[in-house]
Amino acid sequence: MFETVEQHFKEVAPAADFCSLRLVSELRESVQVRQGVLQPVSTGRDAGAMITVLDQGGMGYAATSDLSRNGLAQAVKQAMAWAERSRGKSVIDFTRVVVPVPQGEYVSPVERPWSEMPLTAKIDLLKAECEKLKTDDRIVDWSAYLVHTGTDQLYLTMDGGRVMQRFSFIVPGIGVTANEGSETVSRNFGGFDLGRQGGMEVLDRIEFTKQSETLTREVLELLTAPNCPSGTMDVLLESNQMYLQIHESIGHPLELDRILGDERNYAGTTFVTMDMLGSYQYGSELLNITFDPTISEEFATYAFDDDGVKAKKEYIIRNGILERALGGATSQARAGKPGVANSRACSWNRQPIDRMANLNLEPGDSTMDEMVGAIEAGVYMKRNNSWSIDDSRNKFQFGCEYGRVIKNGEFGEVVKKPNYKGISATFWRNLRMVGDRDTFEVLGTPNCGKGEPNQAVRVGHATPAAVFAGVDVFGGA
Amino acid sequence: MQSYFYGLADFLTGKLSGNEVFTSGYSGETSDFVRFNQSRIRQPGHVEQQYMSIDLIDGQRHAGGFSTLTGMVEEDQRRLAELLDDLRGKLPNLPEDPHLLYATEVNSTEQLGENRLPDPEEALARILAAGEGKDLVGIYAAGGVTGGFANSLGQRNWFSSHSFNLDWSYYLRTDKAVKTGYAGFAWDQAAFERKVAAAEVQLAALDHEPMTLEPGGYRVYLAPVAFADYVGMLGWGGFGKKSHETKQTTLLKMIEDGAKFSPAVTILENTKDGVSSNFQGDGFIKPDQVVMIENGAYKECLISPRSAKEYGVPTNGASGFEAPESVEIKAGDIPMDEVLTRLDTGIWINNVWYLNYSDRPGCRITGMTRFACFWVENGKIVAPINVMRFDETMYRALGENLIGLTNEQEMILDAGTYGGRSTGSERVPGALIEDFTFNL
Repeated sequence: MFETVEQHFKEVAPAADFCSLRLVSELRESVQVRQGVLQPVSTGRDAGAMITVLDQGGMGYAATSDLSRNGLAQAVKQAMAWAERSRGKSVIDFTRVVVPVPQGEYVSPVERPWSEMPLTAKIDLLKAECEKLKTDDRIVDWSAYLVHTGTDQLYLTMDGGRVMQRFSFIVPGIGVTANEGSETVSRNFGGFDLGRQGGMEVLDRIEFTKQSETLTREVLELLTAPNCPSGTMDVLLESNQMYLQIHESIGHPLELDRILGDERNYAGTTFVTMDMLGSYQYGSELLNITFDPTISEEFATYAFDDDGVKAKKEYIIRNGILERALGGATSQARAGKPGVANSRACSWNRQPIDRMANLNLEPGDSTMDEMVGAIEAGVYMKRNNSWSIDDSRNKFQFGCEYGRVIKNGEFGEVVKKPNYKGISATFWRNLRMVGDRDTFEVLGTPNCGKGEPNQAVRVGHATPAAVFAGVDVFGGA
Repeated sequence: MQSYFYGLADFLTGKLSGNEVFTSGYSGETSDFVRFNQSRIRQPGHVEQQYMSIDLIDGQRHAGGFSTLTGMVEEDQRRLAELLDDLRGKLPNLPEDPHLLYATEVNSTEQLGENRLPDPEEALARILAAGEGKDLVGIYAAGGVTGGFANSLGQRNWFSSHSFNLDWSYYLRTDKAVKTGYAGFAWDQAAFERKVAAAEVQLAALDHEPMTLEPGGYRVYLAPVAFADYVGMLGWGGFGKKSHETKQTTLLKMIEDGAKFSPAVTILENTKDGVSSNFQGDGFIKPDQVVMIENGAYKECLISPRSAKEYGVPTNGASGFEAPESVEIKAGDIPMDEVLTRLDTGIWINNVWYLNYSDRPGCRITGMTRFACFWVENGKIVAPINVMRFDETMYRALGENLIGLTNEQEMILDAGTYGGRSTGSERVPGALIEDFTFNL
């Protein structure tokens, strides 16, 4: 398919200032066992191409699942028509956007390919995990699942640019729910926070088959636990809550297209303004945030973004100071500011926009014991289950599945429904301790939503645990 | 595409062997999408996509898959035959599925929408004209959306709709803006201009020094769009049979403790008056209406075929997610022109944003005010407010603290485009609520 489409593109490329083709072919498979019953297995092939044209200052695109020569020729015609309609009416004169002529390739690191493990073996694995979860009559629902996506993506430009990238994404998950009367609690492992690149070896690295005992014990603890206490106190956030905190209150506010106003009707604006770039004190000196496409197993690692720009590691916030925003080539040209290679689309049928890709908190030097020991009165929280933030990405409120009181430097009782709220612009300045490499985890979510038309993309966040001072904490209803 | 899809279904039927049966779904769209920012074009383009799914069934064993279609019959037949072979190869390795249920009674239906959409250039010109001298940001989505179902038993269902949805905001400054939607099936310039004029009135009202309110309890009016979003959270695990049986429903206190909303609250899935298809993925036809909450009390679940088999009850044609697609909240008795007076002193909330459960079994929902929200005193708008976070249980907001619902409903067509253009809708009134809790 790829060779044929490449040949077709050469034949139908228009007489325009610039034209690219982005061909995406994905094979998605999912297997889930719930309460010992295999759920319907699913396999799907999604393939299509997007043509983008820049011509005389205008821009237009057309996406099609018809990959024949005629289908691509029609797409070129439609993209040309939209480029003409937008000429002189666009937010930028597209002749100002520098488009690269990239050459290269990328392949996800895979030791044990998904396809080499028979379906029956995957079912047996999940059945075995599922069986371990029903340990008590109060456990009312339980399941284990694997979702794999193999994505092959070819980017071509009319002037000879060619990038081939082959990705292997895996999302493992285990969930258990317990109930007594009008109280229901859940504990989950993986799922929307543990997407990785790689093959079945990922399951070994995350110790997939060793999670059930902790999950079942903790879900029953939560069922009889008191509500999280209320008050202003320290919080120790586990990495599987930190990823969400970074995502919502650092990642989204720093997207350059938000600063430029593109997202104001849907995903929102941001409290960050152009004049903050290079000088704003975003957090304490312990805060070091990087855009890092080099961690091989991280969910959004790649060699080139979807506009063909080569990706490399950049500091976004260094020692608490905001250095640059997250913006691709078009946003950089519009803003006149440096950015990163983060122009990305969810698939062949959506245009690239500024996304987070991998956005990580660099590890510090505090051990978990040191962090707990340094807290006089506070709460430890893990695994996000509630997230909400205002359209300027400032006033947030997040909740977790599991909490433990920390008193005088030691863990105390388990508490349910730990919630906390704060304001992004000041919250990170209260970053008091950052965990070391032993607390550092590579995490990622498959469904970060943004854009008009809407797009859900994979993003990666690698982060240690961390301590924040003076946080407004509370529990359930 | 209807006959094309039916032709492919016939092709698949010819490929079956032995006791094999298949069910199949089709979804397609031909859409123009134009993004705007600062009254100029950001990203304009066109998307054509077609997907076909197959569930191959042999006894109680089955396997599912999907493929994009190209529109070229030979290539699409090749892809589907390949998919069918792949699924057939899996079946012997799969256990029997005790919860498999698909329609065996043939119920063919057809819902055909007429294409009365405006020319893209004409629509573009009108939108850009409405943005002149203002800061307009948003998206125009327009075109045909199609869906189908077919099985090897001979059932055929088809749905087509040609709609547009202009979802836009006028920005005054920073985060102060008026959000408006104009959606439908044929462009009515007079109706569009009325929407623009109404937005301009609110834009002028925003042009005052905003007030910052202290956290606490406030009397509020949730305009229909905001009320739809707040109550719409129940669609996320509130109504489904599976969520009830596994005690994960966010209405758990209704089921376990007999908690109720105000008798003024009736919520139903109203397929008959919605704009979605009337069939679902396993071939079952949806009833005209399913009443989930009646006069404040829980009445019925949305039951997918799978849940029906698992829990031994009849299905009512819900999708696998058991979420409503054509929500209606019955109107109340507050005249629209009395809302400001009845609000008296409090907050007029046109839009809410980023809602999530902060306590699922407690049905407590947090979220933000967004866009044009105003402080009202003695029945008069005083000033816009800076954004506020609320965190409130639905049992209080729709129970003891519900003052009433407006006597008119608004039909809201979902502007969502994740994966494809939504055909969901909500028909809702506005709501006056006492002592609504704001915490940040």
